[in-house]
Amino acid sequence: MLRKLVIAVVVLAALGGAAFWFLTIPQTVSAAALGPHQPDLENGRTMFIAGGCSGCHAVPEAEDKTRLGGGLALKSPFGTFYVPNISPDRRDGIGAWSEADFVTALSRGTSPDGRHYFPAFPYTSYQRMRPDDMRDLFAYLKTLPVVSGVVRDHDMAFPFGFRRGLGLWKFLYVDGKPFVPDPGKSAVLNRGAYLVEGPGHCAECHSPRNLIGGIIAAQRFAGGPNPEGKGWIPNITPKELGDWSQNDIAYLLDSGQTLDGDSVGGSMAEVVRNTAQLAAEDRTAIAAYIKSLPPIEGSKPTKK
Amino acid sequence: MLRLILPVAALALAATFAAAQSDPIAARKALMKANGQQAKIGAAIAKGEAPFDAAKVETIFATFADAAAKAPDLFPENSKKGGKTEALPAIWKNKPDFEARLVKFGDDVKSAQAEVKDLATFKKVWSGLIRKNCTGCHEKYVQKD
Repeated sequence: MLRKLVIAVVVLAALGGAAFWFLTIPQTVSAAALGPHQPDLENGRTMFIAGGCSGCHAVPEAEDKTRLGGGLALKSPFGTFYVPNISPDRRDGIGAWSEADFVTALSRGTSPDGRHYFPAFPYTSYQRMRPDDMRDLFAYLKTLPVVSGVVRDHDMAFPFGFRRGLGLWKFLYVDGKPFVPDPGKSAVLNRGAYLVEGPGHCAECHSPRNLIGGIIAAQRFAGGPNPEGKGWIPNITPKELGDWSQNDIAYLLDSGQTLDGDSVGGSMAEVVRNTAQLAAEDRTAIAAYIKSLPPIEGSKPTKK
Repeated sequence: MLRLILPVAALALAATFAAAQSDPIAARKALMKANGQQAKIGAAIAKGEAPFDAAKVETIFATFADAAAKAPDLFPENSKKGGKTEALPAIWKNKPDFEARLVKFGDDVKSAQAEVKDLATFKKVWSGLIRKNCTGCHEKYVQKD
Protein backbone atom coordinates (compact mmCIF):
# COMPACT_ATOMS: atom_id res chain seq x y z
CA MET A 1 0.00 0.00 0.00
CA LEU A 2 2.71 2.41 1.07
CA ARG A 3 4.73 1.37 -1.95
CA LYS A 4 1.83 2.21 -4.28
CA LEU A 5 1.35 5.57 -2.58
CA VAL A 6 5.02 6.44 -2.95
CA ILE A 7 4.95 5.50 -6.63
CA ALA A 8 1.81 7.59 -7.15
CA VAL A 9 3.39 10.61 -5.48
CA VAL A 10 6.59 10.26 -7.49
CA VAL A 11 4.67 9.89 -10.76
CA LEU A 12 2.44 12.88 -10.00
CA ALA A 13 5.41 15.02 -9.04
CA ALA A 14 7.18 14.02 -12.24
CA LEU A 15 4.09 14.84 -14.30
CA GLY A 16 3.66 18.14 -12.51
CA GLY A 17 7.32 18.96 -13.02
CA ALA A 18 7.11 18.06 -16.70
CA ALA A 19 3.97 20.15 -17.15
CA PHE A 20 5.61 23.08 -15.38
CA TRP A 21 8.77 22.68 -17.42
CA PHE A 22 6.77 22.51 -20.64
CA LEU A 23 4.49 25.47 -19.84
CA THR A 24 7.35 27.69 -18.74
CA ILE A 25 9.69 27.23 -21.74
CA PRO A 26 10.72 30.76 -22.80
CA GLN A 27 9.28 31.34 -26.29
CA THR A 28 11.38 32.85 -29.06
CA VAL A 29 11.04 34.19 -32.60
CA SER A 30 13.58 32.79 -35.08
CA ALA A 31 15.54 34.89 -37.56
CA ALA A 32 14.11 32.71 -40.34
CA ALA A 33 10.56 33.73 -39.38
CA LEU A 34 11.32 37.41 -39.98
CA GLY A 35 12.10 37.58 -43.68
CA PRO A 36 13.77 40.48 -45.50
CA HIS A 37 13.25 44.05 -44.31
CA GLN A 38 14.69 47.45 -45.15
CA PRO A 39 14.77 49.45 -41.88
CA ASP A 40 13.01 52.81 -41.84
CA LEU A 41 14.81 54.95 -39.26
CA GLU A 42 12.18 57.69 -39.25
CA ASN A 43 9.48 55.15 -38.40
CA GLY A 44 11.86 53.66 -35.82
CA ARG A 45 12.08 57.05 -34.15
CA THR A 46 8.28 57.32 -34.13
CA MET A 47 8.10 53.90 -32.42
CA PHE A 48 10.78 54.99 -29.95
CA ILE A 49 8.69 58.05 -29.04
CA ALA A 50 5.34 56.27 -29.02
CA GLY A 51 6.86 53.43 -27.01
CA GLY A 52 8.20 55.80 -24.38
CA CYS A 53 11.44 53.76 -24.20
CA SER A 54 13.39 56.69 -22.76
CA GLY A 55 10.87 57.09 -19.91
CA CYS A 56 12.37 54.06 -18.21
CA HIS A 57 15.65 53.32 -19.99
CA ALA A 58 17.24 56.80 -20.16
CA VAL A 59 19.90 57.43 -17.54
CA PRO A 60 17.94 59.03 -14.64
CA GLU A 61 18.19 62.83 -14.32
CA ALA A 62 20.21 63.07 -17.54
CA GLU A 63 19.37 65.89 -19.91
CA ASP A 64 19.86 63.72 -23.00
CA LYS A 65 16.96 61.26 -23.19
CA THR A 66 18.64 59.18 -25.88
CA ARG A 67 21.34 57.85 -23.54
CA LEU A 68 19.68 54.56 -22.69
CA GLY A 69 22.09 53.32 -20.02
CA GLY A 70 19.26 52.39 -17.66
CA GLY A 71 19.56 52.35 -13.87
CA LEU A 72 16.17 53.76 -12.89
CA ALA A 73 14.66 51.97 -9.87
CA LEU A 74 11.02 50.94 -10.39
CA LYS A 75 9.27 49.97 -7.19
CA SER A 76 6.45 47.43 -7.36
CA PRO A 77 4.54 45.18 -4.95
CA PHE A 78 6.79 42.33 -6.13
CA GLY A 79 10.12 44.01 -5.52
CA THR A 80 12.28 46.72 -7.03
CA PHE A 81 13.23 46.52 -10.68
CA TYR A 82 16.40 48.15 -11.96
CA VAL A 83 15.95 49.15 -15.58
CA PRO A 84 18.62 47.62 -17.84
CA ASN A 85 20.98 49.26 -20.32
CA ILE A 86 19.51 49.12 -23.85
CA SER A 87 22.05 51.45 -25.45
CA PRO A 88 23.97 50.00 -28.43
CA ASP A 89 26.95 49.09 -26.21
CA ARG A 90 28.11 45.67 -27.40
CA ARG A 91 28.98 44.37 -23.95
CA ASP A 92 26.55 46.11 -21.59
CA GLY A 93 23.63 47.02 -23.87
CA ILE A 94 21.96 45.54 -26.93
CA GLY A 95 24.79 46.22 -29.38
CA ALA A 96 25.49 42.52 -29.90
CA TRP A 97 21.83 41.50 -30.23
CA SER A 98 20.39 40.16 -33.45
CA GLU A 99 17.17 41.51 -34.87
CA ALA A 100 15.47 38.25 -33.88
CA ASP A 101 16.72 38.71 -30.29
CA PHE A 102 15.06 42.12 -30.20
CA VAL A 103 11.78 40.97 -31.74
CA THR A 104 11.79 38.03 -29.30
CA ALA A 105 12.26 40.40 -26.34
CA LEU A 106 9.39 42.68 -27.40
CA SER A 107 6.91 40.06 -28.54
CA ARG A 108 7.72 37.16 -26.23
CA GLY A 109 9.35 38.74 -23.21
CA THR A 110 12.35 36.43 -23.55
CA SER A 111 15.99 37.56 -23.29
CA PRO A 112 18.72 36.51 -25.76
CA ASP A 113 20.08 34.09 -23.14
CA GLY A 114 16.66 32.42 -22.93
CA ARG A 115 15.30 33.81 -19.68
CA HIS A 116 11.89 35.35 -18.98
CA TYR A 117 11.80 39.10 -18.54
CA PHE A 118 9.67 40.46 -15.74
CA PRO A 119 6.56 42.17 -17.12
CA ALA A 120 7.71 45.52 -15.69
CA PHE A 121 9.02 45.59 -19.26
CA PRO A 122 5.60 46.00 -20.91
CA TYR A 123 5.90 43.25 -23.53
CA THR A 124 2.26 42.47 -22.78
CA SER A 125 1.58 45.57 -24.92
CA TYR A 126 4.67 45.56 -27.15
CA GLN A 127 3.71 42.08 -28.39
CA ARG A 128 0.92 43.86 -30.34
CA MET A 129 3.47 45.83 -32.39
CA ARG A 130 4.02 44.87 -36.01
CA PRO A 131 7.33 42.98 -36.40
CA ASP A 132 8.44 45.52 -39.03
CA ASP A 133 7.90 48.35 -36.54
CA MET A 134 9.98 46.47 -33.97
CA ARG A 135 12.74 46.06 -36.54
CA ASP A 136 12.66 49.77 -37.42
CA LEU A 137 12.84 50.56 -33.70
CA PHE A 138 15.83 48.24 -33.33
CA ALA A 139 17.60 49.96 -36.22
CA TYR A 140 16.87 53.35 -34.64
CA LEU A 141 18.14 52.29 -31.19
CA LYS A 142 21.41 51.27 -32.84
CA THR A 143 21.94 54.90 -33.93
CA LEU A 144 21.76 56.24 -30.34
CA PRO A 145 24.76 56.95 -28.08
CA VAL A 146 26.70 54.00 -26.69
CA VAL A 147 26.56 54.00 -22.88
CA SER A 148 28.69 51.53 -20.94
CA GLY A 149 27.88 50.02 -17.57
CA VAL A 150 25.77 47.06 -16.47
CA VAL A 151 22.85 47.86 -14.21
CA ARG A 152 22.52 45.89 -10.95
CA ASP A 153 20.14 42.93 -10.64
CA HIS A 154 16.49 43.34 -9.70
CA ASP A 155 15.71 43.10 -6.01
CA MET A 156 12.68 40.82 -5.91
CA ALA A 157 10.69 39.64 -2.92
CA PHE A 158 10.40 35.86 -2.47
CA PRO A 159 9.22 33.95 -4.52
CA PHE A 160 9.07 36.37 -7.43
CA GLY A 161 12.80 36.20 -8.08
CA PHE A 162 12.27 32.70 -9.50
CA ARG A 163 12.09 33.66 -13.16
CA ARG A 164 11.18 30.30 -14.62
CA GLY A 165 7.81 30.59 -12.87
CA LEU A 166 7.07 33.68 -14.97
CA GLY A 167 6.42 31.25 -17.81
CA LEU A 168 3.09 30.40 -16.18
CA TRP A 169 2.23 34.09 -15.96
CA LYS A 170 3.15 34.60 -19.58
CA PHE A 171 1.07 31.56 -20.51
CA LEU A 172 -1.89 33.65 -19.34
CA TYR A 173 -0.94 37.08 -20.70
CA VAL A 174 1.42 36.68 -23.66
CA ASP A 175 0.47 35.18 -27.00
CA GLY A 176 2.83 37.17 -29.24
CA LYS A 177 0.04 38.11 -31.65
CA PRO A 178 0.45 41.51 -33.34
CA PHE A 179 -2.41 43.99 -33.58
CA VAL A 180 -4.92 43.22 -36.33
CA PRO A 181 -6.72 46.24 -37.81
CA ASP A 182 -10.51 46.16 -37.79
CA PRO A 183 -11.64 46.63 -41.43
CA GLY A 184 -14.98 47.96 -40.15
CA LYS A 185 -13.29 50.97 -38.54
CA SER A 186 -11.61 54.03 -40.05
CA ALA A 187 -7.88 54.18 -40.73
CA VAL A 188 -7.59 56.86 -38.02
CA LEU A 189 -9.23 54.64 -35.38
CA ASN A 190 -7.08 51.69 -36.36
CA ARG A 191 -3.92 53.77 -36.17
CA GLY A 192 -5.00 55.06 -32.75
CA ALA A 193 -5.83 51.58 -31.51
CA TYR A 194 -2.45 50.35 -32.68
CA LEU A 195 -0.53 53.16 -30.97
CA VAL A 196 -2.50 52.86 -27.71
CA GLU A 197 -2.60 49.07 -27.42
CA GLY A 198 0.85 48.40 -28.88
CA PRO A 199 3.82 50.74 -28.50
CA GLY A 200 2.00 53.32 -26.34
CA HIS A 201 1.20 50.66 -23.70
CA CYS A 202 -1.36 53.02 -22.12
CA ALA A 203 -3.31 50.19 -20.49
CA GLU A 204 -0.29 49.17 -18.42
CA CYS A 205 -0.81 52.06 -16.03
CA HIS A 206 -4.42 53.03 -16.74
CA SER A 207 -5.86 49.62 -15.75
CA PRO A 208 -6.14 47.89 -12.39
CA ARG A 209 -4.24 44.65 -11.81
CA ASN A 210 -5.13 41.43 -10.06
CA LEU A 211 -3.18 39.70 -7.29
CA ILE A 212 -0.63 38.21 -9.66
CA GLY A 213 -0.09 41.53 -11.42
CA GLY A 214 -2.12 40.84 -14.55
CA ILE A 215 -4.38 43.51 -16.05
CA ILE A 216 -8.05 42.92 -15.20
CA ALA A 217 -9.47 42.75 -18.73
CA ALA A 218 -12.99 43.88 -17.81
CA GLN A 219 -11.54 47.04 -16.24
CA ARG A 220 -9.09 47.88 -19.01
CA PHE A 221 -8.44 51.67 -19.11
CA ALA A 222 -10.76 52.24 -16.11
CA GLY A 223 -7.89 53.42 -13.91
CA GLY A 224 -6.43 52.01 -10.74
CA PRO A 225 -3.78 52.39 -8.09
CA ASN A 226 -0.44 53.68 -9.33
CA PRO A 227 1.72 50.59 -9.90
CA GLU A 228 4.77 52.67 -9.06
CA GLY A 229 3.50 53.68 -5.64
CA LYS A 230 1.48 56.61 -4.43
CA GLY A 231 -1.63 57.98 -6.00
CA TRP A 232 -4.27 56.88 -8.46
CA ILE A 233 -4.06 56.55 -12.23
CA PRO A 234 -7.23 58.01 -13.76
CA ASN A 235 -9.95 56.19 -15.66
CA ILE A 236 -9.58 57.24 -19.32
CA THR A 237 -12.76 55.63 -20.64
CA PRO A 238 -15.67 57.94 -21.55
CA LYS A 239 -17.18 57.09 -18.15
CA GLU A 240 -14.68 59.56 -16.73
CA LEU A 241 -13.68 61.55 -19.81
CA GLY A 242 -17.23 61.98 -21.12
CA ASP A 243 -16.88 65.77 -21.25
CA TRP A 244 -13.66 65.60 -23.20
CA SER A 245 -13.76 66.00 -26.97
CA GLN A 246 -11.29 64.22 -29.22
CA ASN A 247 -9.65 67.61 -29.65
CA ASP A 248 -9.28 68.01 -25.87
CA ILE A 249 -7.47 64.66 -25.58
CA ALA A 250 -5.18 65.42 -28.53
CA TYR A 251 -4.41 68.82 -26.97
CA LEU A 252 -3.50 67.22 -23.63
CA LEU A 253 -1.06 64.92 -25.45
CA ASP A 254 0.63 68.03 -26.88
CA SER A 255 0.54 70.44 -23.94
CA GLY A 256 -0.03 68.36 -20.81
CA GLN A 257 -2.99 70.58 -19.98
CA THR A 258 -6.21 69.07 -18.69
CA LEU A 259 -9.73 70.26 -19.39
CA ASP A 260 -9.89 72.21 -16.12
CA GLY A 261 -6.74 74.18 -16.92
CA ASP A 262 -4.52 72.11 -14.65
CA SER A 263 -1.45 70.16 -15.77
CA VAL A 264 -0.86 66.44 -15.68
CA GLY A 265 1.69 65.39 -13.12
CA GLY A 266 3.84 62.42 -12.25
CA SER A 267 4.66 59.90 -14.98
CA MET A 268 2.12 61.40 -17.37
CA ALA A 269 4.34 64.47 -17.77
CA GLU A 270 7.03 62.17 -19.20
CA VAL A 271 4.44 60.58 -21.49
CA VAL A 272 3.42 64.02 -22.78
CA ARG A 273 7.05 64.95 -23.47
CA ASN A 274 6.98 62.00 -25.86
CA THR A 275 3.53 62.36 -27.39
CA ALA A 276 4.27 66.05 -28.06
CA GLN A 277 6.97 64.86 -30.47
CA LEU A 278 4.61 62.62 -32.43
CA ALA A 279 3.01 63.80 -35.67
CA ALA A 280 -0.22 65.74 -34.98
CA GLU A 281 -2.09 63.03 -36.94
CA ASP A 282 -0.88 60.40 -34.48
CA ARG A 283 -2.08 62.43 -31.49
CA THR A 284 -5.44 62.80 -33.22
CA ALA A 285 -5.56 59.04 -33.85
CA ILE A 286 -4.77 58.23 -30.22
CA ALA A 287 -7.45 60.68 -29.09
CA ALA A 288 -10.01 59.19 -31.49
CA TYR A 289 -9.38 55.69 -30.15
CA ILE A 290 -9.47 56.77 -26.49
CA LYS A 291 -12.74 58.55 -27.22
CA SER A 292 -14.12 55.33 -28.76
CA LEU A 293 -13.39 53.11 -25.75
CA PRO A 294 -16.40 51.54 -24.03
CA PRO A 295 -17.35 53.49 -20.89
CA ILE A 296 -16.35 51.47 -17.83
CA GLU A 297 -16.99 52.33 -14.22
CA GLY A 298 -13.64 51.97 -12.48
CA SER A 299 -12.96 51.36 -8.83
CA LYS A 300 -12.28 54.45 -6.77
CA PRO A 301 -9.40 55.23 -4.47
CA THR A 302 -10.29 54.68 -0.84
CA LYS A 303 -10.43 58.02 0.95
CA LYS A 304 -7.63 58.68 3.37
CA MET B 1 -17.55 86.08 -21.64
CA LEU B 2 -14.58 88.46 -21.64
CA ARG B 3 -16.54 90.96 -19.56
CA LEU B 4 -17.00 88.26 -16.98
CA ILE B 5 -13.43 87.02 -17.02
CA LEU B 6 -11.57 90.28 -16.61
CA PRO B 7 -13.19 91.25 -13.31
CA VAL B 8 -12.72 87.68 -12.07
CA ALA B 9 -9.04 87.80 -12.96
CA ALA B 10 -8.71 91.23 -11.38
CA LEU B 11 -10.40 89.97 -8.23
CA ALA B 12 -8.10 86.98 -8.08
CA LEU B 13 -5.08 89.25 -8.40
CA ALA B 14 -6.34 91.60 -5.71
CA ALA B 15 -7.08 88.71 -3.39
CA THR B 16 -3.58 87.39 -4.02
CA PHE B 17 -2.00 90.65 -3.04
CA ALA B 18 -3.95 90.91 0.19
CA ALA B 19 -3.32 87.32 1.17
CA ALA B 20 0.36 87.14 0.29
CA GLN B 21 1.48 88.88 3.47
CA SER B 22 -0.27 86.60 5.91
CA ASP B 23 -1.05 83.38 4.11
CA PRO B 24 1.43 82.30 1.44
CA ILE B 25 -0.37 79.00 0.81
CA ALA B 26 -3.67 80.75 0.01
CA ALA B 27 -1.78 83.33 -2.05
CA ARG B 28 0.05 80.83 -4.25
CA LYS B 29 -3.13 78.83 -4.67
CA ALA B 30 -4.89 81.95 -5.92
CA LEU B 31 -2.04 82.56 -8.39
CA MET B 32 -2.21 79.01 -9.68
CA LYS B 33 -5.96 79.23 -9.94
CA ALA B 34 -5.71 82.40 -12.01
CA ASN B 35 -3.06 80.69 -14.17
CA GLY B 36 -5.35 77.73 -14.69
CA GLN B 37 -8.27 79.93 -15.70
CA GLN B 38 -6.13 81.85 -18.16
CA ALA B 39 -4.59 78.62 -19.48
CA LYS B 40 -8.10 77.39 -20.24
CA ILE B 41 -8.77 80.49 -22.31
CA GLY B 42 -5.52 79.94 -24.17
CA ALA B 43 -6.34 76.27 -24.70
CA ALA B 44 -9.66 77.17 -26.30
CA ILE B 45 -7.86 79.42 -28.77
CA ALA B 46 -5.16 76.80 -29.46
CA LYS B 47 -7.82 74.14 -30.05
CA GLY B 48 -9.74 76.42 -32.42
CA GLU B 49 -12.78 76.58 -30.15
CA ALA B 50 -12.44 80.32 -29.64
CA PRO B 51 -11.15 82.96 -32.07
CA PHE B 52 -7.75 84.55 -31.56
CA ASP B 53 -8.22 87.71 -29.50
CA ALA B 54 -5.15 89.87 -28.91
CA ALA B 55 -6.55 91.44 -25.73
CA LYS B 56 -7.38 88.08 -24.19
CA VAL B 57 -3.96 86.73 -25.07
CA GLU B 58 -2.35 89.75 -23.48
CA THR B 59 -4.27 89.09 -20.26
CA ILE B 60 -3.16 85.46 -20.31
CA PHE B 61 0.51 86.33 -20.61
CA ALA B 62 0.22 89.16 -18.07
CA THR B 63 -1.31 86.74 -15.55
CA PHE B 64 1.46 84.19 -16.18
CA ALA B 65 4.16 86.86 -15.85
CA ASP B 66 2.61 88.03 -12.58
CA ALA B 67 2.62 84.49 -11.19
CA ALA B 68 6.23 83.91 -12.24
CA ALA B 69 7.27 87.15 -10.53
CA LYS B 70 5.39 86.60 -7.28
CA ALA B 71 5.68 82.85 -6.78
CA PRO B 72 9.29 82.74 -5.54
CA ASP B 73 8.27 84.62 -2.37
CA LEU B 74 5.29 82.39 -1.66
CA PHE B 75 7.14 79.24 -0.65
CA PRO B 76 8.74 80.17 2.69
CA GLU B 77 10.09 77.41 4.93
CA ASN B 78 7.03 77.58 7.17
CA SER B 79 4.57 76.91 4.35
CA LYS B 80 5.33 73.25 3.67
CA LYS B 81 2.12 72.04 5.25
CA GLY B 82 -1.43 73.17 5.88
CA GLY B 83 -4.22 74.75 3.88
CA LYS B 84 -4.61 71.53 1.86
CA THR B 85 -1.46 72.41 -0.03
CA GLU B 86 -0.53 70.14 -2.92
CA ALA B 87 3.02 71.46 -2.96
CA LEU B 88 5.47 68.59 -2.50
CA PRO B 89 8.39 68.70 -0.03
CA ALA B 90 10.61 68.32 -3.11
CA ILE B 91 10.21 72.09 -3.65
CA TRP B 92 12.19 72.86 -0.52
CA LYS B 93 14.70 70.08 -1.18
CA ASN B 94 15.41 71.50 -4.65
CA LYS B 95 14.85 75.20 -4.06
CA PRO B 96 17.46 76.35 -6.63
CA ASP B 97 15.86 74.19 -9.35
CA PHE B 98 12.38 75.29 -8.37
CA GLU B 99 13.32 78.96 -8.49
CA ALA B 100 15.24 78.55 -11.74
CA ARG B 101 12.09 77.08 -13.27
CA LEU B 102 10.09 80.14 -12.22
CA VAL B 103 12.70 82.42 -13.77
CA LYS B 104 12.54 80.38 -16.97
CA PHE B 105 8.74 80.55 -16.89
CA GLY B 106 8.94 84.36 -16.70
CA ASP B 107 11.48 84.44 -19.56
CA ASP B 108 9.42 82.11 -21.74
CA VAL B 109 6.34 84.24 -21.18
CA LYS B 110 8.31 87.34 -22.20
CA SER B 111 9.47 85.65 -25.41
CA ALA B 112 5.90 84.53 -26.09
CA GLN B 113 4.65 88.09 -25.60
CA ALA B 114 7.18 89.30 -28.14
CA GLU B 115 6.52 86.54 -30.65
CA VAL B 116 2.75 86.14 -30.63
CA LYS B 117 1.02 88.38 -33.16
CA ASP B 118 -1.75 86.22 -34.60
CA LEU B 119 -3.30 82.79 -34.42
CA ALA B 120 -0.43 81.13 -36.30
CA THR B 121 2.27 82.48 -33.98
CA PHE B 122 0.09 81.77 -30.95
CA LYS B 123 -0.34 78.13 -31.94
CA LYS B 124 3.37 77.86 -32.54
CA VAL B 125 4.39 78.82 -29.01
CA TRP B 126 1.40 77.87 -26.86
CA SER B 127 1.58 74.09 -26.36
CA GLY B 128 5.32 74.17 -25.76
CA LEU B 129 4.99 77.03 -23.27
CA ILE B 130 2.44 75.06 -21.26
CA ARG B 131 4.25 71.72 -21.55
CA LYS B 132 7.71 72.96 -20.70
CA ASN B 133 6.65 75.20 -17.84
CA CYS B 134 3.34 74.14 -16.27
CA THR B 135 3.59 70.40 -16.96
CA GLY B 136 7.33 70.22 -16.38
CA CYS B 137 7.07 71.82 -12.95
CA HIS B 138 3.92 69.97 -11.87
CA GLU B 139 5.66 66.71 -12.68
CA LYS B 140 8.16 67.22 -9.89
CA TYR B 141 6.50 69.53 -7.44
CA VAL B 142 2.74 68.93 -7.26
CA GLN B 143 1.03 66.07 -5.45
CA LYS B 144 -1.49 64.29 -7.65
CA ASP B 145 -3.99 61.75 -6.44
